[in-house]
Amino acid sequence: MARGREQKNLDPANMTEPVNVLIVGVGGQGVIMVSKVLAQICQDLGYQVKQSEVHGMAKRGGVVFSHVRFGNNVWSPTIPMGKADVLIALEWAEGLRWMGYLRPDTGIFIADTKRIVPPFACRSRILGADIGYSKNTPDDVKEKVAEAFALDATEMATKAGNERAANTLLLGALSTTLPFPNQAWKDVIAKMVPPKTIEVNLAVFEQGQQWITASRKGQPVEGGAFVPLVQPEINRNRTQFSITEAWCKGCDICVKMCPERCLVLNKDQVAELAEPEKCTGCHICEWLCPDFAISLTPMPQEANA
Amino acid sequence: MSSKAEQASPTAIKTGVTHQMTGNEAIARGAWEAGVKVAAAYPGTPSTEIMENLGRYPIGDVKAQWSTNEKVALDVAIGGSFAGVRSMSMMKHVGLNVASDALMSQSYIGAHGGLVLIVCDDPGIHSSQNEQDSRLFAKFAQVPVLEPSDAQEALDFTKAAFDISERFDTPVIVRSTTRISHTRSAVLVSERLVPKDLGFRSEVSKNVMVPGHARVRHPMVIARLERLAEELETSDLNRLEMGSSKVGVITASMSYVYVKENLPEISLLKLGLAFPLPKKLIQDFCAKHDRVIVVEELEPVIENDIKSWGLKVEGKEYFPRVGELSPEQVRIGFEKAGILEPEENAAGPQFEPLIRPPVLCAGCPHAMSYTAIRSLDVRVAGDIGCYTLAVGDPLTAIDTTVAMGSSIANATGMYLAGCEEKPIVATIGDSTFIHSGIPPLIDAVYNQANITVILLDNHITAMTGGQDNPGTGKTLRGEQTHSVNFEEMIRACGVSWIERVDSYDAGSMLHTMREAIAYRGVSVLIADRPCVLDPVKIKGPTMSVDKKDCNACQGCMNLGCPALLWSDEWFEGRHIVKIDPTACIGCSVCAQFCPTGAIQPTVDLARKSEKAKVCGAC
Repeated sequence: MARGREQKNLDPANMTEPVNVLIVGVGGQGVIMVSKVLAQICQDLGYQVKQSEVHGMAKRGGVVFSHVRFGNNVWSPTIPMGKADVLIALEWAEGLRWMGYLRPDTGIFIADTKRIVPPFACRSRILGADIGYSKNTPDDVKEKVAEAFALDATEMATKAGNERAANTLLLGALSTTLPFPNQAWKDVIAKMVPPKTIEVNLAVFEQGQQWITASRKGQPVEGGAFVPLVQPEINRNRTQFSITEAWCKGCDICVKMCPERCLVLNKDQVAELAEPEKCTGCHICEWLCPDFAISLTPMPQEANA
Repeated sequence: MSSKAEQASPTAIKTGVTHQMTGNEAIARGAWEAGVKVAAAYPGTPSTEIMENLGRYPIGDVKAQWSTNEKVALDVAIGGSFAGVRSMSMMKHVGLNVASDALMSQSYIGAHGGLVLIVCDDPGIHSSQNEQDSRLFAKFAQVPVLEPSDAQEALDFTKAAFDISERFDTPVIVRSTTRISHTRSAVLVSERLVPKDLGFRSEVSKNVMVPGHARVRHPMVIARLERLAEELETSDLNRLEMGSSKVGVITASMSYVYVKENLPEISLLKLGLAFPLPKKLIQDFCAKHDRVIVVEELEPVIENDIKSWGLKVEGKEYFPRVGELSPEQVRIGFEKAGILEPEENAAGPQFEPLIRPPVLCAGCPHAMSYTAIRSLDVRVAGDIGCYTLAVGDPLTAIDTTVAMGSSIANATGMYLAGCEEKPIVATIGDSTFIHSGIPPLIDAVYNQANITVILLDNHITAMTGGQDNPGTGKTLRGEQTHSVNFEEMIRACGVSWIERVDSYDAGSMLHTMREAIAYRGVSVLIADRPCVLDPVKIKGPTMSVDKKDCNACQGCMNLGCPALLWSDEWFEGRHIVKIDPTACIGCSVCAQFCPTGAIQPTVDLARKSEKAKVCGAC
């Protein structure tokens, strides 16, 4: 399978170009920590190493990425497009986002199947709206890269006793792609994690290693299941908004409480459905109207209406 | 795995060996090694960590402080320089706009104790409002600007900057970029060497900029630059890497490593200073090559200067003038220039990327403030801070954002225009208000504007990662100090309508905001709740959704809270909501909005009884 670049043994000592590892995820997951451990090991082993990240928005649930490049000589701290040897993703959709950075012929993809759904994905209010999250599965990825591993690292780490150790489990997975001695990894991890969590971190590190090794041998592995997203319910019901104008005193409650913000007070201070296409028929206005002026009547809609 | 508490004192690390450091850590180290004694800054991405790191060095070595804004910070550093010690001020690129007033005159005055400005540009606008090139400011102020290209140079150039400052009697700018500041690489560290305190030197004709003195100083500034350019011809800040005579590249800063990444063998002149340029060195270099190409990020500062001498160089026709450069951008540039063969599309597989904009945190008090603002149908002049994120869906509650402290005066102008029918509201954070919101508030009162100011007081400078400010009552080093009383200060500005409301109290918030808007004149509403991340991460008992009560109205989703998500279940074709317990901090705002009462505190009976066993206090 390895074409051009020797794939399963990325030994910087034998390479003119640096080894490139891209670590990605969402703010708060520990992306920077993973790259710090890797960078430290490389430095301890005498390689030149550069680690670059942009984290201005990281704390606010934004995208976080860290480029780690190491070898005998490293110039750019960022990995050129299509030159990453390994892509480590702490979150599923983030792994897909950065796929373009992987070497098309030899790149190794290792991703946690954990989904962190952004509020933006739950935005569409159309009846039967689909969640705006990536629908791609590990099988889609496996077709397109040299080697792909999708494991539920977060679940495995939770079972081992610390959800936050998921990133160390992925470090274990990463370690199988690099020729560094096991002890070097463990020493650095033990040095960098809080003392109370050393044991669990070292345990999940080994678990990550074993997972990749077993998976490469084609052995059955736990934590490899991928739960597909639930598809939207088909619902063609629409509701008809009507108001008894004489009863409306313009108190504004329905206007303020409408989740779709599709009601307004008209010039006569009477509530009016200004944007009927936005109404989802949630009944809030009907329930909250102190004067029983609003009623919503369900009416079935044609399939293609 | 999460990071341990930050390491021991940075002075404890071994000298004479290399350590992995970010550019910002290296700048702080360089300043400390150079013997800096006074340092002041206002936080701003990507420069913030320089001061945070400097604040970890012994207080006996360096007086380091957060100042109220960048001009104040620079003035503090100038004071240190007057008094004869090495002094510095650090800021992001737009911070230099604020500090520039002092810089322009200080350029005439010069530097007694070494005076260095660290300015971090943000090419690519990762976390800023523009991508101005600070090297132009250096030219404008007629002061030298050093451009490191990695963390080692960040340290070395910072030290060199102090030497240049004292030798040539000038303020010196060291220009970093987001990429340099936030990239970690090996840095060789050494001991601290403190020059002798020079003491204050009374020299009125040099230190007091009245017209008569300034007229004398201006030609001296120009002469100083000429002398500097000449002497730096042979400086080791510039580096020649000679190769074939066909093509030569002149570059600096981060562009240097991108050039080396693509063309490791090319003939190259790496400049240490973008201004003033070593004219003879460049003339010689151009004479030795058939073609010379200038590679630089953002503006063609170096390129235009060289062209102005009548030399033929190429540059911006191949490399973009906007955005951050990258190895592939530089590669494409060299392909356009015909120096590299076009590479086939080398990228890996592409998948449709998920849209994941940064959002206000779960439980962020600003979310409630902006939900109230949004429901009142007002015109909103925004400001700089986390709360700028309320511009996006679903809050969509900001109409304008210009620069630090702009909101209040922008609102005054909208009022003066006389044609805006909606009530006019300015929203500004506590730190931004102290930075530059006070003069416009006085202006609004003085000129009798009819506006409402909502002071979003989250008791911290949040956007940059939680720095203390005069409102928090703590210094950079965590010592207790006076904290600004906002009510007293605002009242002293002449505002008579002031109310403080708990941001988590949805009812009071809406109600008080309506009153504030109804008031004729300047009203100030202080929305009061600490940031959920800093100084302490807040995590209370969580809320959860009772699925059988949720009618999926989506009312709570309008808060844009990242803890509120769609569950796998449906009601009448709409998603039933769920709450992510790991993200929820229990602020209860969503529960206050839920019309069916489906959102309730999570009752964990097992945990309750366990607690009861442990607690014997009552």
